[in-house]
Amino acid sequence: MDISFLYPLIETVAKVLFFTFGLVLPLVAYSTYAERKLSAIIQDRVGPNRVGIPLTLLGFKKDIPLFGLIQPIADGVKGLLKEDFTPTYVRKFFFWIAPALTAIPAFLTLAVIPFGSQITIPFIDYTVNLTIADLNVGPLFVFAIASLSVYGITFAGWASNNKYSFFGGVRSCAQMISYEIALGLSLIPVLMFFGELNLGSIVEQQAHGGWTLLPLWNESGFILSEAYWSHQDAFLNWFMLIPLGIAFIVFTVSIFAETNRMPFDLPECETELVGGYHTEYSSMKFALFFIGEYTAMIVGSAIIITLFLGGWSLGFGLDRLLLWDHELGAWKSYAGIVHLGCFMTKIVAFVLFFILIRWTVPRFRYDQLMRLGWVVFFELALINIFIAAIILMWNTDGFTTVPKIISIISLSVFSFLMIWLAKSINTKRGSHSMPQS
Amino acid sequence: MLSPIFYLFAAITLLGGIGVIAWKNPVSSALCMVASFVGIAGLFVGLNAYFVGVLQVLVYAGAIMVLFIFIIMLLDLKPSKYASFPPPTIAAAILIPLVIMFQLVVVISKTEAQPILINEASLKAAEKTELSLDPEAPNYIAKDSKIRKELSEGKLPDVHLIGNKLFTEFHFPLQVIGLLLLVATVGCIVLSRNTNSSQE
Repeated sequence: MDISFLYPLIETVAKVLFFTFGLVLPLVAYSTYAERKLSAIIQDRVGPNRVGIPLTLLGFKKDIPLFGLIQPIADGVKGLLKEDFTPTYVRKFFFWIAPALTAIPAFLTLAVIPFGSQITIPFIDYTVNLTIADLNVGPLFVFAIASLSVYGITFAGWASNNKYSFFGGVRSCAQMISYEIALGLSLIPVLMFFGELNLGSIVEQQAHGGWTLLPLWNESGFILSEAYWSHQDAFLNWFMLIPLGIAFIVFTVSIFAETNRMPFDLPECETELVGGYHTEYSSMKFALFFIGEYTAMIVGSAIIITLFLGGWSLGFGLDRLLLWDHELGAWKSYAGIVHLGCFMTKIVAFVLFFILIRWTVPRFRYDQLMRLGWVVFFELALINIFIAAIILMWNTDGFTTVPKIISIISLSVFSFLMIWLAKSINTKRGSHSMPQS
Repeated sequence: MLSPIFYLFAAITLLGGIGVIAWKNPVSSALCMVASFVGIAGLFVGLNAYFVGVLQVLVYAGAIMVLFIFIIMLLDLKPSKYASFPPPTIAAAILIPLVIMFQLVVVISKTEAQPILINEASLKAAEKTELSLDPEAPNYIAKDSKIRKELSEGKLPDVHLIGNKLFTEFHFPLQVIGLLLLVATVGCIVLSRNTNSSQE
């Protein structure tokens, strides 16, 4: 019987199940372990080191500890078995729906992440693209769905019917809206550079033409060879490092703020708000907030890696070795597996970076957070778009000297006005010397 | 044939819309409105307008409704107390939807009901017939542009098409709208600043 018409359906289901339950959820579980272990190292403690294979349950004398690697499973079981306590004074419906509203958007955004290039399954000769949905609006889709996750935290704070939880919810609402602006604007230079909104094509361009932040090779060759500099975009890549580097910094910091991670975890700031929006939550509902936060963190790092650090590509011209006959787009059948491994390695590295930042940088004050978002990043991202546009304009034929000079003058006037404005806001705020929340 | 996905999202849109007016609690109403917006976004995606659908979620569900809910929560609005509405309200509530319905029926009856099929073949054909190589024509697209490349591969470059239209043919209205929004923003700041200074 010919079942080849079912392949696309099977492919989609398999990809959804594998990427969500096979890759991201275990990664979520083990990033909690990594977080506890790394924080222990930084604070000179031991960290979780006991939970292993529980042989004592079977009557043996000793457990096998395995450096506490089974800890996440024990945590999950604990979450499920603990009493799920709902206070009587909460708004029941919203109290129940809030944890789901945090976790679901985080998982939905996984749909457009390109986890790898392609795998060709032998015997049936069927090519699988390692992206669940190869949309033409990739980054916008991620922003759109991620912006829905603000409802979860806000509803959690409001439904708890508790002042401190409510403060946490309102804070997170204001914080996420503010940083979404910086997030969106900082991305524009990158999209201008690639002329593309499809994350898969963006990575493919980076695989052969050099990573966005590391243009050490291109289609013609490696940087030290003469062929590299004879390529038409060789100089453009290096000039674009200025706006793209700024975009990278603004984008990464905004991702920290969007995922409510330290140093921007004001919504759950223990010193001021008990536990913030999840004070009243217990057991699995509480765990869902954590799963949502860690998934958002993993998706955030995946987006940063995809846009700036080459996504799934091996880089340094090594991707060429995975092509049939050096023909672009014709990947070998196992190329996807190599790329998937590369992508996961990069994600793990970035998650460790997230964790390292959390345990080294102290928390911001709320007014500092808002000022950073609205006064520094907003202006910086706007100026950055101008810089990128001018560099791209110099690279495009068909512009005479007059518009080029006018654009540079307008850039300097615009930047001067922006910086002057930002400074005046800062000094005005400073004269009050009262933290606003 | 309409796909089952269409019915799913249409149901979400309609149920969300009903929920907005059926619930007395303002936060519930706002949440229903979010559901309705997500449903509309799904309908746009079903029409191959991915960009518009995503913007619908990004702008309306993700930003504007968040601000609504923010304000509702901050003001701690109580569920509306109206047990029954005054007659003029009911009359307006019947009349305005009727006018809109009438308009909708007229528009639909006037348009030629030809389903537009979007598939690989039609997109490849559109690249040849719908676009012009004459720089003066309104549908001019340069020869080696991304739009032509994508269309000839049988893909719909909706973002590039919208961008091209907005920044060439409709560039002036776009700038005017931008200015309008700027005026509104400045007005907002001026109004809120004034109340602050009078209190001090």
